[in-house]
Amino acid sequence: MALNIPRRAGRRRLRRFSRRDTVVLGVLLGIPVLLDIVIVWGPTLASIGLSFTSWDGVGDIHWVGGDNYKNVFENYPAFWPAVRHNVLWLLFLGLIATPFGLFLAVLIDRGVRFSRFYQSVIYLPVVLSLAIVGFIAQLILGTDQGVVNTILNNHENPIDWLGDAHLNIWMMMIAASWRHTGYVMILYLAGLKSVDPQLKEAAAIDGANARQTFFRVVFPTLRPVNVIVGVITVIEALRAFDIVYAVNKGRNGLELLSVLITDNIIGEASRIGFGSAIAVVLLTVSLGFIVTFLVQELRGARER
Amino acid sequence: MTADIRTGAPVRPAPAPEPTPAPRRRPRPGRFGVHIFLMGVSLAFLAPLLLAVYASLRPYEETAQNGYFSFPRHLSFEYYRRAYSESGMGKYFTNTLLIAVPAVLVTLFLASFVAFAVSRLKLRGGLVLLMFFTAGNLLPQQVIVTPLYVLFNKIPLPWWMSDSLTMYDSYWAVIIVNIGFQMGFCVFVLANFMRTLPQEILEAAIVDGAGVWTQFWRITLPLCRPALAALGTLEFTWVYNDFLWALIFISNPDKLPITSSLNNLRGQFFTDYNLLAAGSVLVALPTILVFLLLQRHFVAGLTLGSTKG
Repeated sequence: MALNIPRRAGRRRLRRFSRRDTVVLGVLLGIPVLLDIVIVWGPTLASIGLSFTSWDGVGDIHWVGGDNYKNVFENYPAFWPAVRHNVLWLLFLGLIATPFGLFLAVLIDRGVRFSRFYQSVIYLPVVLSLAIVGFIAQLILGTDQGVVNTILNNHENPIDWLGDAHLNIWMMMIAASWRHTGYVMILYLAGLKSVDPQLKEAAAIDGANARQTFFRVVFPTLRPVNVIVGVITVIEALRAFDIVYAVNKGRNGLELLSVLITDNIIGEASRIGFGSAIAVVLLTVSLGFIVTFLVQELRGARER
Repeated sequence: MTADIRTGAPVRPAPAPEPTPAPRRRPRPGRFGVHIFLMGVSLAFLAPLLLAVYASLRPYEETAQNGYFSFPRHLSFEYYRRAYSESGMGKYFTNTLLIAVPAVLVTLFLASFVAFAVSRLKLRGGLVLLMFFTAGNLLPQQVIVTPLYVLFNKIPLPWWMSDSLTMYDSYWAVIIVNIGFQMGFCVFVLANFMRTLPQEILEAAIVDGAGVWTQFWRITLPLCRPALAALGTLEFTWVYNDFLWALIFISNPDKLPITSSLNNLRGQFFTDYNLLAAGSVLVALPTILVFLLLQRHFVAGLTLGSTKG
């Protein structure tokens, strides 16, 4: 209602802003806007600019046009594996962790006993930092004393879950899902609580079974939650960083775009122009999803 | 009641209504299976944490011989004492508080005013402003890191604010980045929350001659207390868990906040994973306590933004 622009003229304005109001508005809107420009949007634009230069962070800035992009795509062996890992990460979260969170939410929402206990336990990993999750992963999957290898009883020839470049990405995705599932579950639980129970009753009267009720009646009403969960899943998959960095600095099979950017920028080489080009690739992909989300939100706000 | 309509069986009226609002709680054969399943999932979710605690209580020699998954012979808190005293954790915890407390408070204050302006005053372009902040929070952190690194190195600060004499390698850098980055999420959530407050309250205040500041500080903000508590809890754990910002903007290891200092601990305790486990548990403890004590707030913080009232 507050943002209902077309109808605004119809509502009688009680008073325009006084001079003091204008000052308050100017200062208290100005500071956050300025901060957001300096901290977020300015650097984003600067990154785009730097991606066309060959800057090492110290010397002069030379314009090199699209060379960095050409090198990223053609001569940088770590780039395509990192893209593949990011896509894999996204598919894993999107097709396994997120649906599992939804499934748990539906189970718990049906009103089983001890639901608060289940809910808390499944949600607990969300408060841990991914760095700690990375360390715990080493306790479980390590080669010398790790739990999994102890259970498998292969002391002579342990499986190197975190060192094997074909295995470790899967282990990391499972560890990341440990947190993601609980997060998604909480969002869906809140959404399910706000579904009008009469809808479900009406469906049951019409003879729908539990599955039909869920997919045809309940799920469509969860649209706002679905949008949020979708955005969180995509953004988390693109942003993933801490956990692989905590395990082995994101090397040897754990390359992700975020790691490549960090390595190029804070590594010894300090190839800022090159790192920025990878950052712009990541930004472009993210912006696609962000804009989709904002358009949804915008439409929602207009309807209110 | 719906089950009865379907089967047509005569219903005996319940002797007393159940206090819990579970209108369709029919006995189902699958119920037991559901419990087994949820128990299994809960155990799987708890196991890694319990294992970390278990490992941290046992001497290294024992687990080196038998692995973490074995019966204990000695249990002690020795590793916690060592992790705390040898690594200077107290200092890192202090650093975290110095960063997190101002960052969370300022973020909440600035974000709530923006949210108020966007959702309560009929400002032209309010929606654009909302989008401007929300989108900023969704960008990948690495995109903004380099220019900020350069910028912070160029901003001088007097000695009494930063002993590095620049914004770089000072708490200010991490505080301000956290504020700038988290503001977007808070604006989004608070704007959604404020939109659910009745507009009449404000209109009455405006008739009484309240200015923008009074409408915000005296009237809207008190009504937002539950949302602010929820967001404050959530933001505190996020800033506490921050890993990347401190890693990049702080070079002096003595100034690192606790989560980023874990990286140093790992180097220090490289061979002794039990000691590292004790360190990790100590680092995780505050957020777990916050979660257990303020769970309701915590969950509310996450869900406020997703379900519109």
